[in-house]
Amino acid sequence: MQAVLLYVAQTLALIRKELLALLKDPSSRTLLFAPALLQALLFGYGATYDLTHAPFAVLDHSRGAASTEITARIEGTGVFRRAATLESSAQIAGQIDSGKALLVVIFPADFERRLSAGAEAPMQVILDGRNSATSGTAAAQVAAIVAAYNQSLGATSPVTITRRAWFNPNFESRWNLMPAMIASLSMLQTLMIAALSVAREREQGTFDQLLVTPLTPSQILIGKALPAILVGIMQSTIIFLIILFWFRIPMAGSVWLLYFGLLTFTTAAVGIGLSISAVSLTMQQAMLYTFMLIMPLMLLSGLLTPVRNMPQILQLATYVNPMRFGIDIVRRVYLEGATLADIAPSFLPLIGVAAATLPLAAWLFRNRLS
Amino acid sequence: MTPIVEAAGLRKTFHDRDIGDVTAIDGLSLCVGQGELTALVGPDGAGKTTLMRMFAGLLKPDQGSLTVLGIDVARRPQAVQDRISYMPQRFGLYEDLSVQENLDLYADLHGVPADQRRDRFGRMLEMTDMARFTERPAGKLSGGMKQKLGLACTLVRSPDLLLLDEPSVGVDPLSRRDLWKIVHQLVEDEGLSVIVSTSYMDEAERCAQVHVMHEGRMLAEGTPATLRARAHGLTLVATPPAGTPARDLQARLIDAPDAIIDAVPRGGNVRFIRRPDADPARLADLLEGASSQTRCEELEDSFMILLREQDRAAEPLVAQAEPDRPPGDGKPVIVVRDLVRKFGDFTAVASTSFEVARGEIFGLLGPNGAGKTTTFRMLCGLLPATSGQLEVAGRNLRVARAQARARIGYVSQKFALYGNLSVRQNLEFFGGAYGLGGKMLRDRIRDAVEQFDLDPAAQSGLLPAGYKQRLAMATGLLHRPEILFLDEPTSGIDPLARRAFWRRITALAKGGVTVIITTHFMEEAEYCDRIAIQDAGEMLAIGTPQQVRDMAGHAGARDMNSAFIAIVEAGRKRRDAQAAA
Amino acid sequence: MNGAFLRLRALIRKEARQMLRDRSNLFVGLALPVVLILLFGYSLSFDVTDARVAVVMEDNSAATMNAVAGLAGSDYLSPIWTYSMVEAEALIRAGQADAILRVPAEFTRNLLHGQGNLQLILNGVDSNTAQAIEGYATGAISTALQHIADRQGSPAAASASVTVLQRTWFNEASNSTWFLVPGLVVLVMTLIGAFLTSLLIAREWERGTLESLFVTPARPIEMVMAKLAPYLVIGVIDLAMCLIAARYVFDVPMRGSLWIIILSSLLYLLVSLALGLVISGVTKNQFAASQMALLASFMPAMMLSGFVFDLRNVPVVIQVVSNVLPATHFMGLIKTLFMAGDYWPQILRANLTLAAYAAVLILMATRTLTKKLD
Repeated sequence: MQAVLLYVAQTLALIRKELLALLKDPSSRTLLFAPALLQALLFGYGATYDLTHAPFAVLDHSRGAASTEITARIEGTGVFRRAATLESSAQIAGQIDSGKALLVVIFPADFERRLSAGAEAPMQVILDGRNSATSGTAAAQVAAIVAAYNQSLGATSPVTITRRAWFNPNFESRWNLMPAMIASLSMLQTLMIAALSVAREREQGTFDQLLVTPLTPSQILIGKALPAILVGIMQSTIIFLIILFWFRIPMAGSVWLLYFGLLTFTTAAVGIGLSISAVSLTMQQAMLYTFMLIMPLMLLSGLLTPVRNMPQILQLATYVNPMRFGIDIVRRVYLEGATLADIAPSFLPLIGVAAATLPLAAWLFRNRLS
Repeated sequence: MTPIVEAAGLRKTFHDRDIGDVTAIDGLSLCVGQGELTALVGPDGAGKTTLMRMFAGLLKPDQGSLTVLGIDVARRPQAVQDRISYMPQRFGLYEDLSVQENLDLYADLHGVPADQRRDRFGRMLEMTDMARFTERPAGKLSGGMKQKLGLACTLVRSPDLLLLDEPSVGVDPLSRRDLWKIVHQLVEDEGLSVIVSTSYMDEAERCAQVHVMHEGRMLAEGTPATLRARAHGLTLVATPPAGTPARDLQARLIDAPDAIIDAVPRGGNVRFIRRPDADPARLADLLEGASSQTRCEELEDSFMILLREQDRAAEPLVAQAEPDRPPGDGKPVIVVRDLVRKFGDFTAVASTSFEVARGEIFGLLGPNGAGKTTTFRMLCGLLPATSGQLEVAGRNLRVARAQARARIGYVSQKFALYGNLSVRQNLEFFGGAYGLGGKMLRDRIRDAVEQFDLDPAAQSGLLPAGYKQRLAMATGLLHRPEILFLDEPTSGIDPLARRAFWRRITALAKGGVTVIITTHFMEEAEYCDRIAIQDAGEMLAIGTPQQVRDMAGHAGARDMNSAFIAIVEAGRKRRDAQAAA
Repeated sequence: MNGAFLRLRALIRKEARQMLRDRSNLFVGLALPVVLILLFGYSLSFDVTDARVAVVMEDNSAATMNAVAGLAGSDYLSPIWTYSMVEAEALIRAGQADAILRVPAEFTRNLLHGQGNLQLILNGVDSNTAQAIEGYATGAISTALQHIADRQGSPAAASASVTVLQRTWFNEASNSTWFLVPGLVVLVMTLIGAFLTSLLIAREWERGTLESLFVTPARPIEMVMAKLAPYLVIGVIDLAMCLIAARYVFDVPMRGSLWIIILSSLLYLLVSLALGLVISGVTKNQFAASQMALLASFMPAMMLSGFVFDLRNVPVVIQVVSNVLPATHFMGLIKTLFMAGDYWPQILRANLTLAAYAAVLILMATRTLTKKLD
């Protein structure tokens, strides 16, 4: 009992020291928490695949009722904004090249005539393909508007397809991206803090002083890991609150499960960070290794593009990427209201990574080849 | 003589969020002549480094005027920087560059022409005895060699003024001798003007002018002779009766500030300074029959007198309660047998054996790079031994359970505490790591802060070098360890603080604490029960200070410094001869 | 003047040596781009393939089979046949299906009356994929129905309708690699700056090397220039790797002039390296510098520069923030240069902006090396 109390007291002393070192001066406090806030807001608005007020230009050679109506419908959706009305096809290139218009809608001179003759009337849409995601979405939107217009002309199809979207009824890409930020944004800094923690002590010579105290490797591990985990969870909380109350994305699942997932995820991330730290001799090395790792972790996480679109071999590689499963857990708990039973498989890789990296780091504290 | 530095009414205040404003330089005036060697001395935190940095144009004075080489430094710092050379306390060598590359860099920056450069480099490398190591990365050099390389980099050309900030901190006596030889030669040959700050009084003694600083003000100035005169007639040397260690007598004397200003063991005797008003009867009482006679006064004596006259004179030297442990019983606590440590081809420690008994003070002496720190790191379990046996309190700390480490204290050579935490936070953390808590921890911290004269709110990393060292000591002693490993604990701290430190160590040893210590102040070896001299990883001599002095023969008769130099040089000669054979 | 040149040469030599000595530095500087190139090229894709659609057949007639047969024929969809909504829902919840196509029991009967109704339920979490699946599923089913209609010999009466002729300029096939790879150049250049230079000055402060360097004739601007030079070389090597990979591995067109691409990239590289130095000089502390570098360069360049997220979709405030980032200007320029060609107004505007950034940042970095210790 005495031994347990001593163990806890010693570990608490270390945790307190680590927290002090992290949070002591206002500038480092700002550096830990302001970015989460700022990034959540900036990326919340900035990171979207949804078109809003996308600029388009119209070149209407036919100047008839139909072309006017279609143009009006395109403008009326709120998705597009008319940026220019062109006079000649020579102007098209300028509009697209400069990025002033994402698309140009062209009605040929015989457009009105063909329609009234009951024939098919082609209209042309020229899209700026430099961002294929945006151009694809815009094309689909225009197609949908035109289809609706055709329906109003009386065209019928024997089959109708009614669409329902679960979990994200309006297909807002923010709903998809923001919950992923809860995991991914906080991971970046958490990983960096963990990676620098031991490297900094080694570079500044304080690690030896730490090693001659009676602290055991497991105590040092806990003392180094907990503050980093705490910072990670705090950052996640900031982002979580912004998403919930500022962006008002409804939370479908259990907050407890969400935090359990975040805790597991952050622990795995910190395990990786501490392992990097334990092998690095200088902060420069720790930082470089971390950066080197962050990129693949981000790209192979499904944050920006779905994991399922990747080649098979890279998909396999994602199984050791905590960020993939962290994002998976958060998205599914937040949006789908997944239960522990639903997402249990996503916990396994996280636990695996933590179980491998944390003991490795603890072992490396003392046994790094010098 | 035209003054090369002229300062009037200088004032510099630093603003600190935690401890408020600190006035480092407080209305200081001084005048330094050309072509002279000038020393700045003073206790820790006197403002020596701040003043040096102002000379170098790195800090702007808040008040007062300062001209260097006739230039207003505050207004045109670059003009001064183009003409002077400056060696900061911690010379910023590029550790990943080789010796030659570091030299080249500074020669290029100072625009030394190629033809002059060849001569100069040759001379510098010869004087620093580094010609063999030109290809070695600076980071792989020992502490003393780094200092010498720093000096060489500073001296790639003849500057109009050379500023040296504590150039010999942590440098062994041989390197220190070399370093000063270089400086003296340049002053003689090239008429170099040099300002050097130092805490070694024997170094100040060699300068033409000495300025004694205290709390940002000038306390006294003059030639060493005029300053020495203050101590005239007060300096004595006492020989303890046979069988009594000098340090016991020294302890008794230094604990009597009413009659004694200062006392240090030296060469088996005790040198002391009596108060001018000391009662002869009281003196006789303290000496307890030890014979005493007058001796020549030294600059250090005057320095001690000057400082004791200041406010710190009232400070009691010893306050630490003796730990409640059985006194020394002569049983070995540290056993080292055939210890070897190799780094690749390089043998850092070669088959070393020694034992240290409980309650003993064991001094490990040796030039920089002799393997002392490596030995320490192995004993503390920080580094595995290549071969051999080592036990600390019956265990090998590398494999022992963690709690075994609670019995040792370790003060490393480099400041190894958390620079961005306050003094109190550092003490609290290390206390906690050793399992101290609650009232006991608070009491110990209060004691430590008092004894080491620390400001608990100050940020550790910004303390003056001497105070950093004190904090490291305070931290290492907080948990009252049974065995203390002290790696150059007194480097860079002033003589006053060194006295207090040794008084504490001898008290601890009396209480049964085993102390194993390295130092470059050879006179401090006199406090030890036994000492060992190590060089190039080999043990050259081991025994009581008296035995070691005897071993050095004629040279050792004078003092430990000369004994040390003689033994190390003899060892090197022998090794060279073996290598040649 | 000669002295300045000699000093600069000495300082550059010093920085280059330090860079070459630290293997981890060099390794990351040269290996990172390769890793990024491969990852970007192969891992990032918006092009949905084999989306899993759970088909709930509550009506098993031949007509139904024909109607949904189109799904199996699509490259983009892979149907999973199930018999109850409960089963399908479980698949969605377990993440094993992305959508459900429900064929109601009365489908065949209603189809005869021309009122067939299918239900498509999508997991909207990944809205992009969901919308793509919707498009593919609808397309596949209508093609199948058209086919049936054709075989039954009852061509749909030609009626008045509008058809859309779609032309996507610059990227006919809407290949997402084409738009992601030019962004890769931007990210690599950004990262090189963030990684390699952001610790340089901070490290010298922490190790105390600056104090010695300050009291020499070396001028702050010379120190800054010397710190930029060796990393510029690394950056050029990286740039070459990126351009070669873009052209020959990923077959991205390079419609603009090669020399404009190179010159603009070099200018941006300079901006990025200088930004790293400024971070380093302002923080004077490696711990803070590395956090800042991560936050100030990499994340914004990825999220706010128009790399994947089109800036035309974001609120004005965010557009303003984006335009403060040098990466945004370079991102727009490089995408145009790769896919559209030399569009001079943009080339001039972006390069002038970048040049201004470079000048300001270098000046700021110089200011952080002002020879003062307080």
